[in-house]
Amino acid sequence: MLTAIHDSILMWLFGGVLCLLVILTVIGRALKRRNSSNISRSTIDNFNAQIAAWWKMCVVFMLSLVLGRIGSLVLFGILSFLALREYLTLVPTRRGDHRTLFWSFFVIMPLQYCVLGFQWYIVFAIMIPVLACIFIPTSIAVAGDTAHFLERAAKIQFGLMVCGYCLSHAPALLLLKIPGFEGHDARLLLYLGIVDQMNDLLQYVWGKLIGRHKIAWRVSPDKTWEGCLGGLVSATALGTLLWWATPFTPLQSAGISFIICILGFSGGLVMSAIKRDIGIKDFGAVVERHGGILDRIDSLCFAAPIFFHLVRYYFAP
Amino acid sequence: MSDGIHPIASLLAAVARGITGVQVQWAGCEPDVRQRIYFANHTSHLDFVVLWSALPSEIRAHTRPIAAKDYWEETPLRHYLAENVFKAVLVERGATSRTKSHDETKFVGRSLIEDMSAALGDRNSLILFPEGTRGSGEKVGEFRGGLYHIALRRPDVELVPAHLENMNRILPKGEYLPVPMLSLLTFGKPIQVEPHENKDAFLERARDAVSSLRRIGPA
Repeated sequence: MLTAIHDSILMWLFGGVLCLLVILTVIGRALKRRNSSNISRSTIDNFNAQIAAWWKMCVVFMLSLVLGRIGSLVLFGILSFLALREYLTLVPTRRGDHRTLFWSFFVIMPLQYCVLGFQWYIVFAIMIPVLACIFIPTSIAVAGDTAHFLERAAKIQFGLMVCGYCLSHAPALLLLKIPGFEGHDARLLLYLGIVDQMNDLLQYVWGKLIGRHKIAWRVSPDKTWEGCLGGLVSATALGTLLWWATPFTPLQSAGISFIICILGFSGGLVMSAIKRDIGIKDFGAVVERHGGILDRIDSLCFAAPIFFHLVRYYFAP
Repeated sequence: MSDGIHPIASLLAAVARGITGVQVQWAGCEPDVRQRIYFANHTSHLDFVVLWSALPSEIRAHTRPIAAKDYWEETPLRHYLAENVFKAVLVERGATSRTKSHDETKFVGRSLIEDMSAALGDRNSLILFPEGTRGSGEKVGEFRGGLYHIALRRPDVELVPAHLENMNRILPKGEYLPVPMLSLLTFGKPIQVEPHENKDAFLERARDAVSSLRRIGPA
C-alpha cells in the first residue's frame, strides 16, 4: 500500500481535505473566541468536536495508508470493536446473553476481518448476515433464558451488522481489483469518506440556515427537509466534482455520491431513532471519554456496504 | 506489610481497566490520601480491582480490600492473590442473623470490626462491599452491619460511597470470561453516622448513597 504515497492524485485529494480541515479549524477557533450572540455556544462546541473528530479520521486514514493492507484491516477491526462496545454498553442485554456477547466480541468480529484479510469473499459476505444470524439466537437459546428472546437476538445481531459487517466494507474497498485502477483503491475509501462526511456537515449547515419543515421531529429534531435536500444537492455536486480521482465518469460519480448521501442520511436517522428508544441523546454522552465513535460513523456504516457493492458490481467484474 | 504495590497487582489493575474501560467520576469528593473506607455495590469479581485501579497510585498503595475469608482461602491461587498481591484483609463474612445463632453472630461481628480497625491502622484506607456477596446488578442489596460498627469505632475515617455500573454485564457471577463493555465508577459525598441514628436507618441511608450514584438506566 506504500505505493499509495506515490499516488499523486490521492495526495492531491488528501491534501485538499487537510487544507479544508485547517480552514475549518481556524473558523472553529475564531467562532469560539468571538462567541457572538447569534450562534449558541453548544452549536460552536458541536462544530469544534466534529472538526476534532475529522482530524482523528484523517489520522486513521493516513495510518491505514502507511500500514498497508493488513494494517488497515487491523485498524478498522479495532474501530469496529470499539463501536460495538459502545453500542452494547448502552443497549440493554440480559445475563443470559453473556456468552453470546463474548462470542460476538472475540470470535465473530475478528473472523469477519480475518476472512477479509484472506480475501475469502464468499465467507466475508455471509459471515454476519447468515452465520451469525443463525449462531446468535442458537447461543442465546442454549443459555436458557427465553424472556425477550427475539428482541435480544435482534439487538445483538443489529449491532454486529452495523458495527462489524457494514463498517468492514470500508476497508474492503482497498481489496477491490478494478481494471485500470490498480493500486489506487485508497482513493475510493477517501472519496466515500469525503462525500459521506461532507453530506453530514452540509445537511447540518443548510438545516441551520434555512431549515423549516421537520422530517421526523420525534426522531431527530435537527433534521429538516430543507437541510436534507440542501445537503443532498451540495454534497452530490461535490462528489461529482471529484470524479477525476475515481474510476467513474462525472455522471456516474453524481449518481454514486447521490446514493452515498441518501444512505448517510438514513444511517444518521436510524441511529437517532435507536438513541431515542434507549433514552440518550448521544452514544458519547454517557461514556464521554470513549464515546462518540458510533455518533461519527453512523452514516458511514450505512453507505459503505452499498458503495462497495455498487463499485464491485459495475467496475470490478 | 511493605508499602509498595505488588507488580502483579499493577498488571491486573491495568488489564481490568482495559477490559472495563472504566470511566471515573469524583462526584461528591476529591481523591485524597486521608483515611477512608470506600464502600460500593458488588456484582462482579472485577469490582475490587477496578475500584482500586481508579484511585491515584499514592492512595492505592495504602488502600486494602476487605475480602471474605471462606472464598479467598479456598484455593492456593486465590489465597496468594488475596494475601500477597492485593494485601487483602481476610475476614469472616459479616454475619446475617438468619444464618447464625445470636451469640455466634455477636462474636464473629466483634472480631470482624477488630480486624478492620487493625487493618486501617493510622494511615490505611479500605475498600468494602457491604452487601457481603455479589448481586445481580439490578439493584443494590441490603447492607450488612459491619459498615455501621466500623463507622462508630473509627469516626475519624471518612466513609465514601461508590457506585460501579455495568460490572455485572462485564463479568457476572458464575462466568469466567469477561465481555469488554464500558463501565462507570462514581464516587459520592462522604457520609457519617448521625447522632442517635440507629443501625438500620444508617445502613439504609448508606445504601441509598450508593444507589443514587447510578448514571445509566432506571434509578
